[in-house]
Amino acid sequence: MSLRKVQIVLWAAVAVALLGYLGLTIKARDGEPVTDATFQPVFALADAEGRTRTVEEFRGQYLLVFFGFTNCPDVCPTTLSEVAQVMDDLGGDAARVQPLFISIDPERDRRLGLAEFTTAFHPSILGLAGTVQETRAAAESFKIFFERNDDAAAPDGYSMSHSPALYLIGPEGNWIKQFTYGTPAAEILADLESRL
Amino acid sequence: MKTLILAFVLLGAAPAAFACESVSVGGITVQQPWSRVSIGTQRPGVLYLTIRNDGPADDALTAVSTPAAETPMLHETVVSDGIASMPHVMQVPVPAGETVELRPGGYHGMLMGLTGPLEEGATFPVTLTFATAGEITIPVQVLSMRAEGPECDDGQ
Repeated sequence: MSLRKVQIVLWAAVAVALLGYLGLTIKARDGEPVTDATFQPVFALADAEGRTRTVEEFRGQYLLVFFGFTNCPDVCPTTLSEVAQVMDDLGGDAARVQPLFISIDPERDRRLGLAEFTTAFHPSILGLAGTVQETRAAAESFKIFFERNDDAAAPDGYSMSHSPALYLIGPEGNWIKQFTYGTPAAEILADLESRL
Repeated sequence: MKTLILAFVLLGAAPAAFACESVSVGGITVQQPWSRVSIGTQRPGVLYLTIRNDGPADDALTAVSTPAAETPMLHETVVSDGIASMPHVMQVPVPAGETVELRPGGYHGMLMGLTGPLEEGATFPVTLTFATAGEITIPVQVLSMRAEGPECDDGQ
């Protein structure tokens, strides 16, 4: 093969790789999982006491799952406030719904304190912070996106971008729907009450 | 009936409302400033408020300072393609005749390096710098962790 041909082949390979990468990026950023193809998200992540919690132990309960980070001053408190309001308003049905806060910044969140953050909103919210790999695996299984952005102006020099929606998982572990960021607590409550 | 009960529950749960401060300089009025209680000082606090520009010319909020934090900054939560990020902004434009809100999910002040915990019911001063109007200092009310908006006597 002439050098020229090798060059063409290599550039073609680069083009294919780029297209593939773009495709994956677009898919990951879409953040709107297909509603007809139900799937079963899985996770195995440590809670604030270091015990590994898995999706299996919540069979029979609805899960309200939020991915965030405790250093987040705006989006995360707003959504967790909504979740807290929903849990209060569920009254006697609250035991059938388990809210989960999954840290996408697990190392820093463990250091800052996971439980004190979640309980500041509602005692029922369970905070989970696994290893970086476990967190990545959980996010992929929920088909959500997050990334770390270097930002000299942010605390510790970085901030996190993430899917800010709230995910509803059914009692059989099936993904049901997402509540987009900003969905009022009353709307989430009405949806849950129609299922309980 | 359920709505009525809910209304009473909400009334009972609502903390005492405050007379929200409003300060004007030139055509710029800053009102309903609020923040959330902090957990200690390690995580950044937040600042929300409303700016009204009754003047004939555009203005912009360019800086925020407060003794409550070493590095207060202006940020904007941007949700794009289902991803939330929070870029630093150099300024918040306040066009003539318009009202701009720093509110959850949008522009907000990020109070980094809290000099002390923000305690519910307390107030702290912030000084806002506008490109044209200059400086406006206003006390900010610290609301509960679950507050979602200003809690004012005037029903706002």
